[in-house]
This record gives sequence, C-alpha cells and structure tokens, in this order.
Amino acid sequence: MMAKPTIITESSPALEAEEAPVTKKSPVAGPLGWADDRLGLAKLGRGNLRKVFPDHWSFLLGEVALYSFVILLLTGVFLTIWYKPSMAEIEYAGSYQLMKGIPMSEALSSTLNISFDVRGGLLVRQIHHWAALLFVAAAFVHMLRVFFTGAFRKPREVNWLIGVGLLSMSLIAGFAGYSLPDDLLSGTGLRFVDGLIRSIPIIGTWAEFFVFGGQFPGDIIIPRLYMVHILLVPGLLLGLISAHLALVVYHKHTQYPGPGRTENNVVGYPLFPVYMAKAGGFFFVVFGLLVLMGGLFQINPVWLYGPYDPAKITAGSQPDWYMGFVEGAIRIVPNWETHIWGTTWSWNVFVPGLGMMGLLFGLLAAWPFVEAWLTGDKREHHVLDRPRNVPTRTALGVAGITAFSLFMIGGGNDIIATRFRLDLNAITLFLRVAVFVLPVIAFLITRRVCIGLQRADKERVLHGSESGIISRAPDGGYSEPHLPISVDEQYTLTSHLQHAVLEAGPTADENGIRIKQKVSPLRARLSRWFLEHDAAKPTAAELEEAASHGVGGVREIEAAEARALEESSNR
Amino acid sequence: MNFLSKRRRHAAARPLLLLLALLVVGVGYSVVSPQQTSADTDMSQQVEEGKALFNVSCSSCHGLNGEGTTQGPSLIGVGTASVNFQVATGRMPAARPEAQIPARTPLYSAEQVNALAAYISTWGAGVESPKESQYSPEGLSAEEIARGGALFRANCSACHGIVGGGGALPGGKYAPSLLETANIHVWEAMRTGPQQMPVFSKDVISDDDAREIIGYLNEAHSQPTFGGLGMGENGPVSEGFWVFIFGIGGLALIATWIAKKGARAR
Ligand code: HEC
Ligand code: HEC
Ligand code: HEM
Repeated sequence: MMAKPTIITESSPALEAEEAPVTKKSPVAGPLGWADDRLGLAKLGRGNLRKVFPDHWSFLLGEVALYSFVILLLTGVFLTIWYKPSMAEIEYAGSYQLMKGIPMSEALSSTLNISFDVRGGLLVRQIHHWAALLFVAAAFVHMLRVFFTGAFRKPREVNWLIGVGLLSMSLIAGFAGYSLPDDLLSGTGLRFVDGLIRSIPIIGTWAEFFVFGGQFPGDIIIPRLYMVHILLVPGLLLGLISAHLALVVYHKHTQYPGPGRTENNVVGYPLFPVYMAKAGGFFFVVFGLLVLMGGLFQINPVWLYGPYDPAKITAGSQPDWYMGFVEGAIRIVPNWETHIWGTTWSWNVFVPGLGMMGLLFGLLAAWPFVEAWLTGDKREHHVLDRPRNVPTRTALGVAGITAFSLFMIGGGNDIIATRFRLDLNAITLFLRVAVFVLPVIAFLITRRVCIGLQRADKERVLHGSESGIISRAPDGGYSEPHLPISVDEQYTLTSHLQHAVLEAGPTADENGIRIKQKVSPLRARLSRWFLEHDAAKPTAAELEEAASHGVGGVREIEAAEARALEESSNR
Repeated sequence: MNFLSKRRRHAAARPLLLLLALLVVGVGYSVVSPQQTSADTDMSQQVEEGKALFNVSCSSCHGLNGEGTTQGPSLIGVGTASVNFQVATGRMPAARPEAQIPARTPLYSAEQVNALAAYISTWGAGVESPKESQYSPEGLSAEEIARGGALFRANCSACHGIVGGGGALPGGKYAPSLLETANIHVWEAMRTGPQQMPVFSKDVISDDDAREIIGYLNEAHSQPTFGGLGMGENGPVSEGFWVFIFGIGGLALIATWIAKKGARAR
C-alpha cells in the first residue's frame, strides 16, 4: 500500500483565457446581432465570459448563499401576494380547526391562510424558511472558508468588509422575516429584541418608543418590519451582493496552491461555458434540495404556536439558529443590574446582547487589518493559504467557532435539558466556565495539530513518501524505503510564504536622535505570538541536500537516523 | 297508664327501659337502612386492602398514619384525585428520592389504586377524583376545542411547551410531555398541582374549561404533522441542526462531486 499522496488540484488545460480576436462586425447575427449593435453586450461578454474560474468545492459555498438568496426572492414574491402586514385583530375563520374563532392579527390569519387555504402555500412558506436558514448558514460557512484560506488578504479586504455587511444584513433579514407571522414565537422574538433595545443605557426607552411607535408591542411594528423585510434589506443585500460579485470578477478568484498556480495567473475553466454550466446546474441542485426540504420537513408550524399575546410565553421558545448565540449569551450571563436614581441599567442584557453582536462583527471587520499589522505583509495574494500553514489564524478561527457554538448551545439549553434529561442550571453553570476555557483549549489543540501537519509536510518533501515495503538488512535491521514525491507535490507543499517575525524598530537613528519607532514593542510581541510557532518549511539548501542524497533504500535509513539525532537535539 | 306509672320506680324499670330503647333503635336502624351493611363491609374491606397496601409500600415515606416523614409529605386531606394521579401515573410509590419523581408504568391495578385512595381519605377528604362528565371532551364544538388551545397557551405552555411537548424547569426539574397523558390525569393534575405545577382550582379553570383543554390536547396530538416530518419537533433548534446536516452537508458533497466531475466537460 502506498501512502496516499497529498491531493493536488488537477492542472487545467486553460490558463488565463486568451482574448478572442477582435472583429469589427458583431459576432452574432439576427435579432441578437441587432441588440448587440446597440448594447454592445457581446463585446463586454467576451472578456467576462472567458474569465477563468478555479475549481474547488469550497468555492461553491458562496454560490450556495447566492442561490438561496435568489430562491428567497422567488418564494418571497409568492408569499407577498397573500400575506397581510397588519396587526388589526380579527377572528380566524380559515380551515385550520384548532384556531377556529380565535382572535388574532391579520398577519397571523393570512399566514395560516397561506399554510392551509392557498394551494402550494405551505410548501412555498416552508421552502422560503428553509432557504432563509440555508442562506445564513451558507454565508457563515463561506465566510469561514474565506477566513481559513486567507482569501481576505490584500487586495480583497474591501470585499471581506462587504461580506461582513452582507452577513449582518442577512441576520436582520432573517430576524424580520421570523417576526412577520405574528405568532407566539415571533412575538417572543420581538419581545427579546425589545428587551435588547431597552437595555441600551440612557436612550433605551426612547429608542423602544421610536421603533415600536409607542409601548411594546403597539400596532405598527409588523408593517414596519414588513417594509424592512421585503424592501429595505433585500435592496441592500442586492446592492451589496452585486458589489461583492463585481469585486470577485474584478480581482479574479483566488486559487489553492498547486503546480502552475502563481500570484499572477488563475488556473481553472472559463466562466463560459464550463463554469456557467456547472454553476447553473448547481443552482438547480440547491433549488431542488430546498424544494425537497420544504416538501418533506416541517418548519415553523405557526398554527401550533397560535397568536402572540405579550402575556404568554411558551417553554422551548428559540430564535432561528443564527441568533442563537445572542440568546445563549443572555441566558448564561448572571443577573447583573445597577439601579441609580430610580433608573435600571440592565448590564445582563446589554453586555451579552448588543455586546455579542458588536464583538462578532467588530472582530470580523477588523481581522484582515489586524493580521496585516501582525505580519507586516503588504503584498497582494491570489494564492490561498492551506489552513495548516497559518497555525495561529487557524487556531483563532477554531476558537471562535467553539465559542460561537457554546453560546448557541446556551440558547437551546432548555431543549437540551429536556431531551437529554440534564439539569438546566448545571448546563448554565457549565457554559459560564466553558465559554472561557474551551475556546482556549480548542486554540491550543488546533495550533498543535497545524504544526504537526506542517512538520509532516516537511518530512514528506525531504524524505519522500513511505513505500509500504519493509525490507530487512543483512544485519537484521528492518527499514521502510521511502519513495520521492512528485515535483508537483513538492511545489504544492512548499510554495507558501512564511513571514518573518517583526522586530521592534530602533527608537533612535544612528545619530542618536529619537525617531518614531516603525514597529512598536507591543506589535513585535504580538507578531511573535502570531508567527513564531510555524514549523519552518524546508529551505532550498535542505531540498538540494535531500535531492542529492537521493531518497529511498539504505540511504533512507541513514537519513532517518540523522533525523532522529536532529529531533533529539531539538528537544 | 296507671300500671306503668305505678311501677316506674320498680327496681327493674331502668334496665328494662334501656333494653327497650336499644331494641327500638336497633330495629329502627335495620328498617331504615337495611342494605347499607353490605356496602359498609365492602367499604371497610376496600379500606382494609388499601391499608395493607399502604403499610407495605407507602408508609416508609409517608408514615404509618399518613402524617408524613422526612422522606415524603403528609397525605392527610390530599384527596382521591391526588392519590389516583400519583399512583395511576406510576409516580407513587416513589423508587428513590430525586429531583423530580418521574411517571412510570403504574405498579397497581385500578382496584388497588381505589383501595389506596379510600384508605388515605379516611384521614380527611380532599379533591375527589372526577366523574367522566367532568373531564371527557365528548361533544365539544370546534370553536370550544380551539378555545381550549387558547387556554392551554395562556396557562400551561409556559412550562409544558407548545402543545404540551414538555419543557425544562430550574433545578433539574421539568414539565413532562403531555402526549401520552390520559384525560383523567390531565384533570387531576390541574386540580391537585403535583410538585412544581401550580393548582388550577375550579375558580381559575372551570370544569368546562378543563374539558376544552383536554379536548384541545387530544385533537392537537392526533392531528397529522402538516408540512412534512416533524424532525424531532424541537422548534428552531432542530431546524437549525437539520439545515447544517442536509443543507450544508448535502450541498458540500454535491459541490465536491461537481468540482471533480466538471473536469471532463472541457
Ligand atoms: C420513596 C418515598 C415514597 C414512597 C415509597 C411513596 N411516596 Fe408518595 N410521595 C413521596 C414524596 C417525596 C412526595 C412529594 C412529591 C413532591 O411534591 O415532590 C410524595 C407525594 C405523594 C402524594 C401527593 C401529595 C400531595 O400533596 O398531593 C401522594 C398522594 C402520594 N405521595 C401517595 C403515595 C402512595 C399512595 C404511596 C404508596 C403506593 C407512596 N406515595 C409512596 C415519597 C414517597
Ligand atoms: C409552573 C409550571 C407548570 C404549569 C404552569 C403547568 N404545569 Fe403541568 N406540570 C408541571 C410539572 C413540574 C409537572 C410534573 C409533576 C410531577 O411529575 O409530579 C406537571 C405535570 C402535569 C401533568 C402530568 C403529566 C403526566 O403525563 O404525568 C399534566 C397532565 C399537566 N401537568 C397538565 C397541565 C395543564 C393542563 C396545565 C395548564 C392548566 C399545566 N399543567 C400547567 C408544571 C406546570
Ligand atoms: C450573504 C451572502 C453572501 C453571498 C451571496 C456571497 C457570495 C459570494 C460568491 C458567489 C463568491 C465567489 C465564490 C466563492 O469564493 O465562494 C464570494 C467570494 C467572496 N466572499 Fe462572499 N458572499 C456572501 C457573504 C460573505 C461574507 C459574510 C464574507 C466575509 C465576511 C464574504 C467574503 C468573500 C470574499 C473575501 C470573497 C472572495 C473570495 C476569493 O476570491 O477567494 N462573503 N462571495
């Protein structure tokens, strides 16, 4: 058995697409030609349609978000035809028996009508909701892909910021949509946000009156959220997504390291027809999956929750998953409040609630700049990092995911308590400690694993892959000869950059005059923390040495001994 | 008259009179309630049976006379509804002290439960077990059943979750799922308020309200899950879970396939 070689993305026949020869006449005839003579789209298209896209499954995550968004628009339009954004109270007279004659808002009544009396309504409602969950999930995972591969580095920082904007917009869109049916669950969610708003020091109560047009719940919040949900946020999303994609096209897509891939080219398939066909096909896959989920799996059964009434609450009330971390933070924070001169300062809501969101989006927005500051790297990057090659960043990402998940678990603590027969208070106590401790542990473990993988890569480059053949030497010793790996693989494993740790600059020039320090001691220290754990990649000299040695056979045993020596002297 | 008045101070007069009085009372009693003797013996037999059961399996915690111990509360005046609820849902006899005594398969037959209830109510009466007409949702209209839903959401959902799926309470306690609960036990739980559950008296929830709530629970639990599989019915928590498993997981697999496959579609 040969050990498995590192996966190298296949090289593609088409490097950067060639510009088609420019013809004066429109390349298409007939009505299309007529249109082209006026719009000149063919010319525009020629360049862009031949743009090259690299191929990797993780590059399709952004597309999943994009397609979910398109599906949201399609299904959303259908829903607006029947949904009534009104809080006027009426008696339900539709066909769902268990709500017969119950007073409720027109919003809920129309939602029930969509579910039970409009043909296909329930299916479309469910597709819409599943698509919303998938949209945000895909945006998150896509962001993680961008983060772990370093795709946010120069020149893509702005696109990363647009992405952060997209993420926050999608949370708002999701939340507004969740509130529209005006059932018990959505009302509870609104109440939660009402609490968040009121916890803002000084202006809280005023802000509540501003948002709700008076005291909670009032009767204008649903029409307002409707506007936000179908006009404002989708409009912003549309604009941001356009800018986002325009920048992807402008910068060209990044690519994973591999043979023939440099900072100055893109290896992949032309947008048209290959990538177009793939992407178009993928749209239908996403659509198909969402229709299946909408058809097979129940989601948000508003008819069970019944109308919202501020006096009611139900056990097991939860926000949709992407707000779970805020809910969880609020659930596990102790009841800190200050009372000054008859006013209440609800730190217990303000700090975890708005603090968590501020922290998440603040850290995300700042990261590309923080990392550039730590590495002192001002170059452009079009080749992605393999996550192991930036151990500290990868470890930070995993720590972040760990913290996010723990807070999310906090948001579902009651469900977990009932389903797994656990003590609610015990879960809360555990989480209060865990949200601080487990991310640190996750950080340390991840960094360790990354460094281990880096070392393994180095081994492989210098000493080849294990052949799986055990040979016995005349003197009785056993050894496993190694086979050299391909040049392509060597390139893939060694092409990454390694940054030097920044050293604190001198505080005075050669004449002893105080100057502004280029690199402050603090920055130098943080830079060391960020970079020093990298296992050094093989140097050119080492590579040459390994090559001249030849890999395999008896020599390999010597090499192994030498390595063992080296290892022990390292410790 | 003369004969009697003359002999009224006779030495035997008082004992004779007493005898006569006893005879009259005795005969009179047997004439007025001739059939009660057999019921009485039945009753006392039931009480005896209950007492025997109680002494064996309940007295260790509740005391020989139901006065309560450190292991269990006093049962004086708890009423047959409480006993029926506790024993017929298998909560009692409790196996061991724990945060909350769970419902289990009941240990005793209906007769034995009645016997225990009869014995325990000899120490004092409480809320009686209901007659069927008090809890049966028979004959309710759709609107009334829907109203039961509103009552349930107003009074019960906070602990029992929407449609009674169950919910967590502080300190390792929980409001159980009501999916399997018998109608009579729903009534009894409301009236007796077991453990963390508050008592809902007739003033708060009338018997008609109770019937509507019960009707709603029956209806809600027998209707199909509209819109497809419930997927665990844990609300947004399970929905979020599945979107990652099927949505992200499934699409990542397909994306891998597409990214590989397309290589041939030059
Ligand atoms: C292991 C000890 C234990 C045993 C044995 C036990 N019980 Fe209990 N019982 C308890 C405890 C503790 C409670 C209080 C439950 C609570 O409120 O949390 C209780 C409560 C009750 C109640 C409800 C009291 C109320 O205020 O409504 C009844 C009725 C009852 N038990 C009947 C019985 C009967 C009948 C038996 C025997 C078949 C029995 N118990 C056996 C411990 C026990
Ligand atoms: C404060 C929370 C609370 C409220 C409100 C509440 N319950 Fe309960 N309920 C409980 C708890 C806790 C138990 C478990 C008691 C036990 O195990 O002894 C329970 C048990 C029950 C049971 C027994 C379930 C079984 O299967 O054994 C029924 C039936 C029930 N409740 C019905 C209701 C109804 C109907 C209402 C509304 C009128 C209601 N509850 C309101 C907390 C509550
Ligand atoms: C909310 C919906 C979003 C949509 C519809 C979307 C869509 C896309 C698409 C289709 C691509 C190209 C394919 C790919 O690399 O996956 C892309 C690239 C990119 N996205 Fe997003 N995205 C969204 C959110 C985000 C978020 C939240 C971030 C980060 C905070 C982000 C940052 C980026 C960056 C930096 C690139 C360039 C990646 C590269 O060239 O390697 N995006 N986006």
